Parts: sequence; C-alpha cells; structure tokens
Amino acid sequence: MATFSTSPVIASDQSLSSASPTIDIRAIVRNHGSVAAVDHVSFQVRRGEFFSILGPSGAGKTSVLRIVAGFEDPDAGDVLIDGRSMLDVPPNRRPVNLVFQSYALFPHLTVFENVAFGLKMRRVPTALIDEQVRQTLTMVKLVGKEGRKPAQLSGGEQQRVALARALVNKPAVVLLDEPLAALDQQLRQAMQVELKSIQEQAGLTCVCVTHHQEEAMMMSDRIAVMHQGRMWQVGTPREVYENPRTLFVSRFLGVSNELPGRVGEAMEDAHLLQPADDRVPAFPVRMGSGASPGRSVTWSIRPERLRMSRERPVNSDSMLTGVIEKVLFAGSETKYLIRVGHETLWEARTTGAVQLPYAPGDPVFLHWALGDGRVFFE
Amino acid sequence: MPSDDVSHTSVAQDSCRSCWLAAPGLLWLALFFLVPLGLVFTISFASRGTYGGIVWEFTWANYVDLLHPLYGKILAQSLWYATLTTAICFLLGFPLAYVIARSPARWQPVLLLLVMLPFWTNFLVRTYAWMILLRHDGLTNNVLLALGLITEPLELLYTPTAVVIGLVYGYLPFMVLPLYVAVERLDPVLVEAAWDLYASRWAVLTRVVMPLTMPGIVGGCILVFIPSIGSFITPDLLGGARSMMIGNLIQHEYLVVRDWPLGSAVSFVLMAIVMAAVVLYYRQASRGDGPLEGR
Repeated sequence: MATFSTSPVIASDQSLSSASPTIDIRAIVRNHGSVAAVDHVSFQVRRGEFFSILGPSGAGKTSVLRIVAGFEDPDAGDVLIDGRSMLDVPPNRRPVNLVFQSYALFPHLTVFENVAFGLKMRRVPTALIDEQVRQTLTMVKLVGKEGRKPAQLSGGEQQRVALARALVNKPAVVLLDEPLAALDQQLRQAMQVELKSIQEQAGLTCVCVTHHQEEAMMMSDRIAVMHQGRMWQVGTPREVYENPRTLFVSRFLGVSNELPGRVGEAMEDAHLLQPADDRVPAFPVRMGSGASPGRSVTWSIRPERLRMSRERPVNSDSMLTGVIEKVLFAGSETKYLIRVGHETLWEARTTGAVQLPYAPGDPVFLHWALGDGRVFFE
Repeated sequence: MPSDDVSHTSVAQDSCRSCWLAAPGLLWLALFFLVPLGLVFTISFASRGTYGGIVWEFTWANYVDLLHPLYGKILAQSLWYATLTTAICFLLGFPLAYVIARSPARWQPVLLLLVMLPFWTNFLVRTYAWMILLRHDGLTNNVLLALGLITEPLELLYTPTAVVIGLVYGYLPFMVLPLYVAVERLDPVLVEAAWDLYASRWAVLTRVVMPLTMPGIVGGCILVFIPSIGSFITPDLLGGARSMMIGNLIQHEYLVVRDWPLGSAVSFVLMAIVMAAVVLYYRQASRGDGPLEGR
C-alpha cells in the first residue's frame, strides 16, 4: 500500500447522498475457460454520473459492459439497476442502451428509423415517436439528415446516430463501448466535449469503457482502472492520476518517472530513499506508515511535477542532476527525456513559450516539492 | 476533350476484347439452348399427326386445349406443390443456415459439406430410397408402429405428402446455400443492437435479420421453386397417378401420347409461370429494403 502527502486529494465519495445508486455491481465474476476475464468486480454508479472503466485491451472491461447490457451472464455476483437484480432479465427488457464501438447502425433503415427503432419496439404511439426522435436529433445536431441511410453519413454523423438511438429511449443508463475509438483525432476531441455536454444537458447516467486515458479523464466524473480482470482503483480523474494506488495505475494514467530503491534512514517527516542505481544519490521522500528501513520500494513522480533549472536550486533536498538526452517539441509544450544516473530515463516538460530551450547534452537540475512523488512498496 | 475520347476508346476496346472470352459459352448456349427452344416454340403451334408425327400447320389449338379444367388442375397442383415445397424448405433451411453461419469458423466447411452430401448419390437412387422409407411396410410406418404412435400403417407413398417430402428433401440444399452466404455476411452485432433496443426475438428476426438477408432468401426461394415446379421424377415415383405435376404432363405428352405439339405448349406455359415467379420475387425484394418502410 502506498501513502501520500500533500497533493490535493478530492474525497472519492464526494456526494454519497441519500439517493441509491443507479447501477450496483456486486462482485461479478466471468470466466473464459480457466481465465477469469472479470474477477470479483464491484462498483456503483450514481444517477447522472459519467463513469468510465479504463484499462488496456484484454482487461475485461468490455465483458463488464456486456454483462450490464445482458449479453453475457456473470458466473457469480449480481447486477442491480435501480435496485433490481438484472440476472434473469434479457437485454431487451433491461433499462439500459448500449452504444456499440462499431455503432451497429441498421444499414437498411434511415437515420430516423434507426433512432425510432427502440421506441417502435416498445410500441410508443407514432406521434410521440416523431416528437422524441426529432428532439433527440436536434440534440445531436442531425436535423436534416433524417432520410439518409447510415452508409451516406460520415463517421462522426454515424457516431451521433448511434448515440441518439440510445438516448431517445431515456434509459436509466447509457453504456458506451469505446464510443469515440473509430473517429480520427480531431473529431474525437470535438466529440469528447460534445458528448460530455450532451450527457450533462440530458442528465444521463453513463458507463463508458475506454482504453484512452485522456478521454476518460476529460469526460468522467469517476474512473475505474481495470487490469487483468480486476478493478485496481476507483476515483475521480484527479484522484487516480495524483494518487494512484499501484504502479500499474500510475503507469497507465500518464507518464510515471520511476526510481526503484530501498527505504533508508528515517528523518523528521520523511525517509531517505536509497536508489538501486548507485550513481543516483539518496534523497528524502515522504512514505508514511509501512516504511521500515531496507524495504524495497519504487518511487514515482509525474513529469509536470519536475522543475528544471540550469543552476543548482537553493534550499532543496528534493533534487537530482541529469543530462538532456532528447528534446521533443510538441508545439504547446516541449518534452525532454533526461538521463538520471545510469539507466533511468525520465520525462520532464516545459511550455512551448520557454525562451531558451535546453539542448541534448545539457546538464540540468531536476527538483520538486517534498510531497510531489508517490511511493509504491513491493 | 480529346484525352477523354482516347480513354473512352481504350475502355471500349478493352471491354470488346474481353467480350471474346464469352464467345464459346454464348455459342454453346445459342446452339444447344436457343435453337432447341425455338424449335419447341415452333412445334407448340403445330398439330399432331395421326401416328404421332408433327403436322406443320399453324394453329392455336394446343394452347386452347390447355384451358381444359383437367390441365388447369394439374397446373394449380404443380404451383401448390412448388409453393409448399419452397415454404417448407425456407422454414427448415433458414434456422439451419443460421446455425451453420454462426458456428465456429473451422466447422462451417464441414457442415456445408454435410448439407451437400446427398448430391454425391444419384437423385433417382435417392428417390427410390424414399419409396422404401414411405411404403406401407416401410421404415417410417414400422418405427411409428413400434413406438405405439399409430395403430395402423399410414398411407404415405403415392400421396401428395410423399411428393412434397421428396421435393423438400431434394431441394433443401439449394435453399440452405444462398441463405448461409447471406447470414454469414450479417454482422452479429446488429442482432445484439436490436435486442438491446427492446426488440423481442421475433422482432429481431423480422425487423433486422430477415430484411438484411433478403437477397439470400429470394435467391434460395427461386432456386427451390423453379426445379420444384418442373420436377417429374419425384411426383412420378412418389406421387402416383393422383399427384401428377406439370413435368409429368410434359413427359406424358411427349413420350406416351406422342403429342409433341401439346407437350411443347405445356412446356412454354411452364416457362411463363417460372418467369412470372422470378419477376415477382425480384419485385418483392427490390421494393424498398425491408418491412420497416415509412415511419
């Protein structure tokens, strides 16, 4: 277990109010052969919340989504939606709608008919269908395209139809399976903003599966990090980013500059970290309880917490020296790969506005605040 | 636009060059299909000589003769058997094709081979086998008697039922293959999407699966209907005298009565029916893309 210090942690259950959760997943297990694709996963999603399940491919996140939608049955555990167990309820009777990764639009139906499909199946009166479909198409900005077939639409438009087809039913939960993965980078960023604003505007409860950490952080109220069938951490984007509970979470959410070593002698409010690389001098790190001298740890710090300077910073023990190895100019910011000690390569960043950029081969001082790094015990 | 012209000519030359590739096939069809067809068409307006020869005198008499209720009955009967056969083949073939198309990829060739397996044996032999199965003291009756499901042997052979059983058996593979191709192309995620959008299993089938596999359905139905309506071995061997079909009539006129002109006229009526059926099917299929038309 890791312990942390000064970073601005937002309590994970900021609004555990009186309302019961819309989705309550209780220790679901799903075995594929001898492998547990989903291994005792539990989480709750509140009404109006945008909840993302983030993980690499093969993490089991799509299985979780399919279990909630009803396409797969869990081998153990329970799925509750609005307090009711869904285990015996087939997909067509669950109050959830899935937005498929491939959109799965019906090619033989027009945009209007695609969006109207769910209402029609529930035998909503025609006049009402007409009204609700038009409302939803307005919301996703597809007015004027009602008569088109999916093949006549661009990728972004198809994505909107897929979204509208789910939204129009006003489900208790909208399930999103890699909703933006098929779009190109620019469209994707625009849709992130739009999807988020539609979600807020309509007060939707969303469960979104993605492997794209930036997307998850920007759109979600809370993120669950999943890996090898298990959920490793659930929290707000800032929380999982700033206070990752495991090295995997730290690495998966952005860049993790790491230094393995051992716990050294205790100091006033910290311990010395004795790096495994003997060319790197020891420095103080806040470790909290569990820090017994000699114990193996990995220390990690985010690139944006590292400050760079050409002169030795005064009054700072939290400091290392390094040599610039690579300069990666990315417009708004510049990334530097810096060799620290023998075999460690770290990443640091400056804004693109810096007047005198560093060049490969330049020596540099890296420093940070005492509480900026995170310690992971082994 | 001279450059356009140049490209035009070269395309035309290309297509003309490839035209020649079709020549052997076209020649074959012209010699052995169109010429005999023309001959039959001509004969259908001639009349029968006293000893079964052809008298070359133009007459409408053969077609007028066909208006006789007896022929009408045979025609209606043929249409009914063929329609029934097509319907049963569809009901049996669609689930079969669906299961094959959705089974693991490495099993699919094996399953398709099993569907095709009957073709490895001569059709006549297989139809005789059905006679053995369906006859009074045949396997079917013996099994049903042994199971106590019936107390007396059923009259199966030489009935319309036997004809339809034989036709369904014979032409089911023609239904399964095009349906398999169509279902195999259907993205399974569309089925899930429909199911997720509150469609019952029946609605998934009728609103999504069937509209999207319509080309295969039409193809299968045509492939079953055409040989069914023209068949003569099956009704001859399994149907007996009461279940005469149009094919038997043609055979009868040509070989037994030796009235070639009348037989030719019947052949042309049959062709007209088949053409009408095909046109009807295509119309049905191309009218919109499915039943969820309008809003």
